[in-house]
Amino acid sequence: MSGSFRTPSGGRIDRAAPLAFRFDGTTYGGYAGDTLASALLANGVHLLGRSFKYHRPRGLLSAGSDEPNALVEVKRDAARVTPNLRATQVELYEGLDAASQNRWPSLARDAGAVNDLFAPFLPAGFYYKTFMWPAGAWKRFYEPKIRAMAGLGKAPTLPDPDRYTQNYAHCDVLVIGAGPAGIAAALAAAATSARVILVDEQAELGGSLLAAPDATVDTKPATEWLADALAELTAAGVVLMPRTTAFGYFPHNMIALAERVTDHLAAPGPDLPRERLWQVRAGEVVLATGALERPLVFPENDRPGILLADSARIYLTRYGVKPGERAVIFTAGDSGYRTALDLAAGGVAIAAIADLRAAPEGEWPARALAAGIDVRPSTVVTGTSGRLRVNGVHLAKVKNGKAGLNEPVACDTVLMSGGWTPSVHLFSQSRGKLAWDETLGAYLPGQSVERERSAGACRGRYGLAAALADGYHAGEEAAAAALKGAKSPTRSTVASRAFGVVATETGTDGFIGATPHGRNPAFAKAFVDWQNDVTAKDITLATREGFRSIEHVKRYTTTGMATDQGKTSNMNALGIVSEALGTSVPKIGLTTFRPPFTPTTFGIFAGIARGDLFDPVRVTPIHGWAEARGAVFEPVSLWKRALYFPNRGEDMHAAVARECKAVRTGVGIFDASTLGKIEVVGADAAEFMNRIYTNAWTKLAPGRLRYGVMLREDGFVMDDGVVGRLAPDRFHVTTTTGGAARVLAHMEDYLQTEWPDLDVWLTSTTEQWAVIAVQGPKSREVLASLVEGIDLSKGAMPNMSVAEGRIAGVPTRLFRLSFAGELGFEVNVPAAHGRAVWEAIFKAGEPFGITPYGTETMHVLRAEKGYIIVGQETDGTAGPDDVNLGWAVGKNKKDFVGKRSLNRAAFFMPDRKQLVGLLTRDPKVVLEEGAQLVADPGAAVPVPMLGHVTSAYMSATLGRSIALAMVKGGRSRIGRTLHVPMPKGAIAVGVVDPVFYDAEGARLDV
Amino acid sequence: MLIISCPWCGERPEIEFVYGGEAHIARPADPSALSDQEWADFLYNRTNPKGTHAERWRHIHGCGRFFNAVRDTVSDFFVATYKPGEPRPDLSQDDAK
Repeated sequence: MSGSFRTPSGGRIDRAAPLAFRFDGTTYGGYAGDTLASALLANGVHLLGRSFKYHRPRGLLSAGSDEPNALVEVKRDAARVTPNLRATQVELYEGLDAASQNRWPSLARDAGAVNDLFAPFLPAGFYYKTFMWPAGAWKRFYEPKIRAMAGLGKAPTLPDPDRYTQNYAHCDVLVIGAGPAGIAAALAAAATSARVILVDEQAELGGSLLAAPDATVDTKPATEWLADALAELTAAGVVLMPRTTAFGYFPHNMIALAERVTDHLAAPGPDLPRERLWQVRAGEVVLATGALERPLVFPENDRPGILLADSARIYLTRYGVKPGERAVIFTAGDSGYRTALDLAAGGVAIAAIADLRAAPEGEWPARALAAGIDVRPSTVVTGTSGRLRVNGVHLAKVKNGKAGLNEPVACDTVLMSGGWTPSVHLFSQSRGKLAWDETLGAYLPGQSVERERSAGACRGRYGLAAALADGYHAGEEAAAAALKGAKSPTRSTVASRAFGVVATETGTDGFIGATPHGRNPAFAKAFVDWQNDVTAKDITLATREGFRSIEHVKRYTTTGMATDQGKTSNMNALGIVSEALGTSVPKIGLTTFRPPFTPTTFGIFAGIARGDLFDPVRVTPIHGWAEARGAVFEPVSLWKRALYFPNRGEDMHAAVARECKAVRTGVGIFDASTLGKIEVVGADAAEFMNRIYTNAWTKLAPGRLRYGVMLREDGFVMDDGVVGRLAPDRFHVTTTTGGAARVLAHMEDYLQTEWPDLDVWLTSTTEQWAVIAVQGPKSREVLASLVEGIDLSKGAMPNMSVAEGRIAGVPTRLFRLSFAGELGFEVNVPAAHGRAVWEAIFKAGEPFGITPYGTETMHVLRAEKGYIIVGQETDGTAGPDDVNLGWAVGKNKKDFVGKRSLNRAAFFMPDRKQLVGLLTRDPKVVLEEGAQLVADPGAAVPVPMLGHVTSAYMSATLGRSIALAMVKGGRSRIGRTLHVPMPKGAIAVGVVDPVFYDAEGARLDV
Repeated sequence: MLIISCPWCGERPEIEFVYGGEAHIARPADPSALSDQEWADFLYNRTNPKGTHAERWRHIHGCGRFFNAVRDTVSDFFVATYKPGEPRPDLSQDDAK
């Protein structure tokens, strides 16, 4: 059950804990501690997927997060289906159910594999060159077909049932990467009073220490030393976070971590979130992210069974899994030898080591020769064979840069090592400058921008001894920098700690680019980017077609643009461009590293902001009453407002007609609580109002209301609302529902920065007042029985006045005003009493047939009166005169915000858009809001457009449709006919004055 | 996420703040005395420099107060923050930080 490629002993798996799992429907066995990748290899399963473009059979390339091929779907239940997981990072659990992707009908017999035969027609940028004919076929035919053939996993179809949490953390030193450098850095920082967090993307902390069977540290085997070091860190209070990917480095040392909490559990508890997003603000950061082994680019280097050399060694040493029985090693440095010797010791036959170097020297080649391994210097792999698994290679000697005669060598495994690429992703994300190191042939961290330092292999300090020493030094430095000036004394004196390391280092030799093969390049597929199926030929083709910048080559060929972001491919692509152009690598530049380091779930970003919690919802104190009454709601900014109150069987049209009639002939009640409200108070309150609004406020008597218009400094209408003066130094300002915050910010801006000398205080009171509009000829009668201390008579309380008193036992600021053009009141009461007062008014109104109405009726009633709504009639380019509000501009005021702009020439142009009314020839036709107006619908295209419809309703009061519009030179067109071109033909409209009802205002004067 | 130092509250994350445009552009005392061109300059024309830029910020989700800042538009980092009414600090000596 353990699999036939499992070694009899060794590795860090728990052989006492066998697990059963499924892959593509077949049940296999593995052990606790396996990854899906190691468990499949143990069962001899190398074919794990099909490639993106050519559908070529693919197996594992690596053992880590850089894996480009082995993307799988893991399914827990119908809703918990996660695509595109790297099999190398999927931890095995009992019953794990995984499947391969991008294949049909099966992985072994994939119909899409014909793409491989058509490869000559699918070169780099093929989608820019082909599928161009016939016109329109791209959208209908080619694109859907190509999308179905290419691509990665399928998105889940059900809502994600899991929970994701978002957390913040602070620390003095954050260490990213728990290999030898990171562990040493954490040890150094933990020896001080610094608060330390150590994170690593793997399930087990330790990095390369977990696969160093031949090394000792302080006379202990590496894994034993590691266990002691982790115990020391735990004892020192260091927060250890395995399964945690530092995926983003943001300004001021804000690091984003993705912690995978339950994905490795067979039965996750309901109390645990699936993942946690951590936003860590770190005093200092130590990047100890290690290095990634580079593949070699040779023909057919992508067959299942061809792996990175060190990854194969990791499978053997950490998981007790042999990658095959007979391996050929293709290497540019010592790492291939280390793999060969470890594998040979593990029972894998080494057919040959092909070394790119002419004269490999040093301890590793010597050991290989001593072990009787066939070492071939100046040798390359020129091709491989095997359909679903590699079964042989061709080796050839290289002379003067050219490959010679081929010699076939049978094998079931090819292990390649092109050297190491420091993992500088996070450093680059922090906007640090990378520097090319000619000796190492690598980009290393250069100038820092953030408070961070790199340590170990990620800055080219390869080898266990170097990593430990460099890491410890970095940890000391980081802690000292973070604690500089801190009051708390260090826990112990920081003394440089030396580590006694016995290990054989593997040097720094490596290769960048494509190796020579002597074959016709048109038919040799030497892969550079496995995940996006980009070959060396594609990249040289791009350079032949004139692409010089690596940024352009990247986008044209898509190399490095897959979900692995070129972890294994970027450097080789650079090397190929460098050779093709005859330019040095650093002159070609480097593409930008961007977050996330590895793909991250959407869930972790959404957190709890989903469903009902996606966006806050604001409701008024009267909301519950409207809900119980069966109101239909509409969202207005964050508010939920009642749109209309249908009686049984009524549609919106019928309900609105009934509600309008009630307000015009009886009494209606409307919840206006969402109106923005600002209390403007202070000795200079009137002066402040004078400067902020177009209107003149000085002479407005306490107890009176005025409709106020507010402009931006550029002269365009910003907001409007009724303002009550309660006392010489106190104004009750109302704003539009959506404009409340904007208006307050506008006022604060001027008050704080332009007129700090004014004695004025601004307070948002939007949520303090419930506002109940009682509108209609019978409104006075309804309120009469409820008010105390207020005389509602016309003489005492004319239109546009305010009185303070009590209503239904509650203190009120009672406004007499109407946005419907009727006798009407707006009852302001403290929000906590809003519902009770509403119910009291409703009860008092029942004998009068009081009718609740919603925003749609409010809109119809105001449009009948030609009252504008800011943001509906206006669009940020309308001045006050354009919307017939010139009367509200205080001509005698010396200055107010926007006044100077009103004198600009543009405001006097005769073709400015002006507010007008429209009446359709056919009274039953309701225009569409936003529709354009033209003089002659038959005119030659482009037809000059004169304006647009801003509001359009069926008016029950008038028994016909009405509309408001903004029309060029509109007032001069009153009496003329215009046309609204629509798909079914133009609609003729007459231009009229925008006040359709009670133009003289008699109904307000009662 | 940037840390911004409010002159009244100290260091806070950038999500507590809103940007308020270029600083040190006072509203003219008598706008009516300005020519159209002068008024247009006040309304619309800004320096838009590459490098240090004096700008207004408001600690809207904190104390609610406006303040001024010098920010490097190349690096995005703040160089200094100061209270309204104070002159733009002379940073020629420590441009490095």
